[in-house]
Amino acid sequence: MATQEPGKPATPLNVIVATDCGSTTTKAILIEKVGDEYRQTYRGEAPTTVEAPFEDVTRGVLNAIAEIEELSGRKILDGDKIITPCRDAKTGVDIYISTSSAGGGLQMMVTGVVQNMTGESAQRAALGAGAIVIDVLASNDGRLPHEKIERIRTMRPDMILMSGGTDGGAVTHVVEMAEYIAAAEPRPRFGATYKLPLIYAGNREAQGQVNKILGEKSALVVTDNIRPVLERENLSPARNKIHDLFLEHVMQQAPGYRKLIEMAGAPIMPTPAAVGVIMETIAKREHLNLIGVDIGGATTDVFSVFEGVFNRTVSANLGMSYSISNVLAEAGLANIMRWVPFTIDEQTLRNRIKNKMIRPTTIPQTLDELQIEHAISREALRLALIHHKSLATGLKGVQQERTISDVFEQQTSGKTLIDMLKLDLIVGSGGILSHAPRRIQSMVMMVDAYEPLGFTRLSVDSIFMMPHLGVLSTIDEKAATDVFVRDCMVYLGTCAAPIGQGKDGERCADYEIAFPDGKTVTDQLKFGDLRLYPLESGKKATVTMRPAKSVNLGAGAGVAVTREVQGGVVGLMLDGRGRPLQFPTDQQARVAVLTKWFNAVGLYPTGANGV
Amino acid sequence: MAHSYTPGLTVTDSTVIRRRRILPLPGTVLVKVGDRVRSNQPVARAELPGKVYPLNLANQLGVAPNEITEYLIKKGGDAVQKDDILAENKPLFKWLKTEIRSPITGTVESVSTVTGQVLLREPPRVLELLGYVDGAVVEIHPQQGVTIECLCSLVQGIFGIGGETYGELVMAVAAPDEALTPAHVKPDMKGKIVVGGSFLPADTMVKAKEVGVAGLVVGGIHDKDLRALLGYDLGVAITGAEQVGFTLILTEGFGTIPMAQKTFALLSAHAGAKASISGATQIRAGVIRPEIIIPRTGTQTGSITQPQRAGIRLGDPVRIIRDPLFGKIGEVSALPPDLTKIPTESEVRVLEVRFSDGQVAVIPRTNIEVIEGT
Repeated sequence: MATQEPGKPATPLNVIVATDCGSTTTKAILIEKVGDEYRQTYRGEAPTTVEAPFEDVTRGVLNAIAEIEELSGRKILDGDKIITPCRDAKTGVDIYISTSSAGGGLQMMVTGVVQNMTGESAQRAALGAGAIVIDVLASNDGRLPHEKIERIRTMRPDMILMSGGTDGGAVTHVVEMAEYIAAAEPRPRFGATYKLPLIYAGNREAQGQVNKILGEKSALVVTDNIRPVLERENLSPARNKIHDLFLEHVMQQAPGYRKLIEMAGAPIMPTPAAVGVIMETIAKREHLNLIGVDIGGATTDVFSVFEGVFNRTVSANLGMSYSISNVLAEAGLANIMRWVPFTIDEQTLRNRIKNKMIRPTTIPQTLDELQIEHAISREALRLALIHHKSLATGLKGVQQERTISDVFEQQTSGKTLIDMLKLDLIVGSGGILSHAPRRIQSMVMMVDAYEPLGFTRLSVDSIFMMPHLGVLSTIDEKAATDVFVRDCMVYLGTCAAPIGQGKDGERCADYEIAFPDGKTVTDQLKFGDLRLYPLESGKKATVTMRPAKSVNLGAGAGVAVTREVQGGVVGLMLDGRGRPLQFPTDQQARVAVLTKWFNAVGLYPTGANGV
Repeated sequence: MAHSYTPGLTVTDSTVIRRRRILPLPGTVLVKVGDRVRSNQPVARAELPGKVYPLNLANQLGVAPNEITEYLIKKGGDAVQKDDILAENKPLFKWLKTEIRSPITGTVESVSTVTGQVLLREPPRVLELLGYVDGAVVEIHPQQGVTIECLCSLVQGIFGIGGETYGELVMAVAAPDEALTPAHVKPDMKGKIVVGGSFLPADTMVKAKEVGVAGLVVGGIHDKDLRALLGYDLGVAITGAEQVGFTLILTEGFGTIPMAQKTFALLSAHAGAKASISGATQIRAGVIRPEIIIPRTGTQTGSITQPQRAGIRLGDPVRIIRDPLFGKIGEVSALPPDLTKIPTESEVRVLEVRFSDGQVAVIPRTNIEVIEGT
């Protein structure tokens, strides 16, 4: 067992075993120092064991590590214990670390006074800390007081975050909310015997009153106001408290977590928080605007960094197995069908989706099943980004200094920070993207779902190890960076997508590509075209595009753009399908157009389904 | 990679199960260890706190919040009857008098001089927790509930809706591949658990509701019929609280799928017996599946028989759980160790399944389910 102080490894780290305890499976990876650099060498997985009959998360962890033992020939386990530090070249590991989203992750309820001001700030604080927000209560949320109390009582969160009011402002509303919470006597999800952790991060003036009302009824922690003044958010203190309480209270109650915490040589992180660390690091290191996505079985997490501002959202019921049926419910059948390159009757498709929901671990065996899953994933990704855009905004309710030019723009406060034209990189992670049989499939799924504008680079997590590397980066940044660069991040290539629409076959843009070997390609991109040019990882090409009069590549309608673009395992994709994407309404025509696109880039093996 | 094995659904004629019966909040346990209990017998009781009604007295009286105590007739903790006066002002002219009356019968929970608000609470509601299965109490969880042990036949379904119920088990069809038509549902099936075969059409659901059957157990249904039954599209498989008139359990999945022969035979053998069923389904790690429990008479062993399996073995009976052969049942005939490329181009671990007609198919290992139980 690891005995060193968390976060400060006592011995040099040469061999690391890391796990991510997900809602379905626990994924373990082995990282070893080879020469001067760290590499991910082996991987194992086993079903997560949070609930009956095992009710001990460490059982799944040990099973996943046992797989690594089998594959690597390294002895890591001594009975139920992980051997640390390494005893010799084939025995033990130097540290064991883990992330967790098992048992439904960290579920929080947040409160504010004004829904789209302190309510949203509280929501952002909780989401940034890796939580799923199950409800946002606010004085002006339209619910009657007794409805709020009933709601607090019936939801069983792991934790509540209370905010409201600027420092020195009125205390009435925030005290009123405290009274409602006290009246509801909320109980935590796990364990009937401990008090519910509650963080107060609202108006400083109300701290005493809140303490009087809730001090006895909850495990109250008071921290700095998340909105000390209207114009500024201060989310870090509340986020840090959420992490502390997650470890101290919530994790202690979940089955087997006490043991897991003892086993680990660093604090356990919520999975999304760990992935968030990685996304922020990439953006900072390379000075990029990025969108990251982790599409799982139950949820889809979206991360963004624009102009240095980090945001994260979780779409709790958009996922590819447990929540697959909810993607159908939210997107609607027509939106899913528009991506399916064959015809299928509604009843069959609905039954298939429900069968995946009730047997979530199954995988597509035939090509048409794979294409259906890829169609659903496009919609899950699209909906999750819409959700993200609505929350990743500037502060609302803030007075803005206006110049004369702003008068004509009619911009309001709280505009989304996501600007697809300024987006440099899309990073995809999660089973459907990481394990797609062809990497081009991951690229096209993300391009179709996000409809990037202008020039955008895309990448994917090779085998889903970002959570592991996120937690590793908190104790050894070099090890995390080495593995991230060499084994985790797979650059797919660049997509160039002109903005505008036209009839199929009409001129969209003329282009010239100067490849690194000196070869030059000059051609015309027509509306409806999708073209792919190989351009290896690490190589760059110079692309000049001269768009048609009404078409824009970011510099204005009809203005030519020259850009140096990066290659990847897929290459350079020119997307002349127009923005926003449009589909024929006729079923046969839709199938024909999808087949044309898919064949143009070699998306699927040919010969099946007419593709 | 034996560790990646996930067990399938249990269908067994004889097993000992334990069911924890836990109150949603602390209360009183009504039985003791060793007691025999019936499925419909209360085993624990709790008082659910009554609904809370906030009243802003300061606003209604037109006074500052910190002044409201001067106007209160009732104080915190006092009992109140509906229309009792809670507070009143004392104007110079009595026609200007304002009286605030209680909208409910209950108690004054709290009075706030910060917000000017009074919280009233209705009397608690008594909640009785039933035994759910016939069996013996083997453990008491003080103030929380009990664990009941039961010797029984057990069938786990794949998906269900509706809560716990019980009734006599009755076979409505003669074969597992026969659909349950409205004509199969007879008036004397009221309050019973009706077993169908391969499929439950929408018109049979209507008939079942009319007759008042307690539960339906069938191979499959169409998703569109489920949507019509619930009135919404079920997004996530967390069920058990639906109230559609009966509890529904699917043994195979969505579509027309014959009930596994073993399941059908076991249920047939117990026709006429009393069964407890629950449609509650939660498909997350560790999953809760719907279940049909048929208590058996006899001595209980007191030991729980957990299936201890090392993994999938040659000869195991399996059900294919993904298209294109969804619902077919066969036996494992080979377990090749190497990764195999399937038509999607994914390289996965596979196994070979031999069907009763001698045909053999190669299937990804994650796409089969071992039929558990002996």
